[in-house]
Amino acid sequence: MSLHSDLRHRADTLAIVLTGRIDRDAAQTLDAAYSAARAMGADELELDFTAVDYINSTGIALIVGVLARARAERVRLQATGLTAHYQHIFEITRLSDFIEIVQPSTPAEH
Amino acid sequence: MTEQSASSHPRAERRAEKAARRSAPAGHDSHTSYIEVEIEPGDPLLVYLRSAPGPIEIDALPAYSPAVARMREQGVKIVVPLVTSSELVGVLTLGSRLSERPYSRNDHRLLHSLARYAAPALRLGQLMRSQEDQARERERIEQELHIAQLIQQQFLPAQLPELGGWHVAAFYRPARTVGGDFYDLIELEDGRVMVVTGDVTDKGVPAALVMASTHAFLRSTAKAVTSPGEVLRRVNDLLMPQIPTGMFVTCLVLVIDTSTGNTRYANAGHNLPYLRRDGIVVQLQARGMPLGLMPDSTYDEHETVIELGDLLLLYSDGITEQHDTAGEMFGFGRTSDLLVDASSGDDLVDRAVSALARFSAGVEQEDDITLVTLHRGRSRGEVVAFEFASASGSEREAIKRVRALLGDALPMERLDALCTAVSETVMNAIEHGNRGDAALEVRVVVRRTAEEVSVEIADYGRGVQQPNETPDIELKLAGLQTPRGWGLFLIEQLVDRLVERVEGERHFVRLVMRTDDSPTASRTAKKGKQ
Repeated sequence: MSLHSDLRHRADTLAIVLTGRIDRDAAQTLDAAYSAARAMGADELELDFTAVDYINSTGIALIVGVLARARAERVRLQATGLTAHYQHIFEITRLSDFIEIVQPSTPAEH
Repeated sequence: MTEQSASSHPRAERRAEKAARRSAPAGHDSHTSYIEVEIEPGDPLLVYLRSAPGPIEIDALPAYSPAVARMREQGVKIVVPLVTSSELVGVLTLGSRLSERPYSRNDHRLLHSLARYAAPALRLGQLMRSQEDQARERERIEQELHIAQLIQQQFLPAQLPELGGWHVAAFYRPARTVGGDFYDLIELEDGRVMVVTGDVTDKGVPAALVMASTHAFLRSTAKAVTSPGEVLRRVNDLLMPQIPTGMFVTCLVLVIDTSTGNTRYANAGHNLPYLRRDGIVVQLQARGMPLGLMPDSTYDEHETVIELGDLLLLYSDGITEQHDTAGEMFGFGRTSDLLVDASSGDDLVDRAVSALARFSAGVEQEDDITLVTLHRGRSRGEVVAFEFASASGSEREAIKRVRALLGDALPMERLDALCTAVSETVMNAIEHGNRGDAALEVRVVVRRTAEEVSVEIADYGRGVQQPNETPDIELKLAGLQTPRGWGLFLIEQLVDRLVERVEGERHFVRLVMRTDDSPTASRTAKKGKQ
């Protein structure tokens, strides 16, 4: 499995903490993590990318899929822990127009 | 024109047949005979028949027509023009009725009516046959072109030698008709390098065969002598007895000492190379008779030093003589201008290809285009090549290698951008280029100079990929676009330059990043393009 996920409560927000890489093998994990978070009743979710070391174009497509579900269910998404490079990718794909990027207290490194 | 023969009226024919059976000699078809009359294109009969209202008795036709005379000799009594869409497509000729009676008015009406139906049917048959002939001819030409292309590509270097501190780039694009361009880099025993470019007049298989001979003569001569003038003299002597009349070969030979830049060269009628030094572009002058034209030709040798930072362009007339839609040639001025701002040999090739594509948009490529560039870097260039199987995960291995090789060449964020572009390109190579066939490798070449780094990824794809549509997240979220389709978009956005080309069975994508670049400036420009 290329990606692992944990759910963590941080203040008022439920965070999906992702570890590993987001590529085509990550589809099931990402989907299950989102479903689990929703089952807990969260209508505001934080995707924590601090421990993600690789996102490719298929991974971007998976994140678009999660975003589409969230918008359909009126769930607000935030992203945290993105490196400068992946922040840039969020910007050029315009994911950042729909997912608020929140910086963690310490910047994420590769 | 082919002549048709026919019997007369069926009832009359049946009656006549009975009578004929009694009198016809054994083995002879008694009631039909084949009338064969060639009508020359200039025969006045043609004009006459084209406007004739229907069947015509032979006696009513112009006696001065040679075809009419031949028809009379063969016993033709009536001629039926087959005309459709005002075009005479055939002629029906009939001999005497077997009853020996003249053709009746009814016979004329019947023949007239028959001609009205037969003419378009005959025309259709002629068109179909003509199309079949044309298709066969096209197939034959395509096969010949394919053979010519195979011959030619076999003699182009599969890989360019790595010359310490020098960067060599080459580009070859055959015209549809395949000319006789060639280039070669021969490493000499004394450590110098012989660079050769040439062009055989004529096209197709003959040009490819002469090119193959010339190439073989150059290679074998370079083992015996290394003086460029003497090489050309000997190759000319070898070619003279066997080159077909009217064909000749232009050829430029340079022998370069890569450690000092000292270069000796001689020219047999080829385009003069351009050299850029300190922003000034000059032509290296050298003249001589093309190979294969005159026996005992001799070739003056010239000498120059290619200094650190100099950029040299060798090219065929396929670029300078390419026309645009207005009939203007690309010319030498535009060619030399390409060198002015080129940052490297690869960049020069890219600029040339783009400029020519813009210039000749809507016009077919007229001749082979060959470009060879030599850039003597200010610092020692480095090249590393490696291969991966077409298997999932290879893209991450490629990133690791690129990161290790270029870790100190680019700032972290730009290196990350290049690595993501490499990953996407390798994935495309595996999934689309090599169609997931694990037996086909993906070849990666990493180059770095003081000025730029590049990663070239080669697969066995059939052609340059065209993006289907620009990904738009709003359309994707609305379900109007698939969530996928980000790969090529990301690659284009993340690198300073993307160059795609096809050579033989290989498809290449080269990702280029400038080392002295400001990431902010680059990205601002790219965002503006969206």
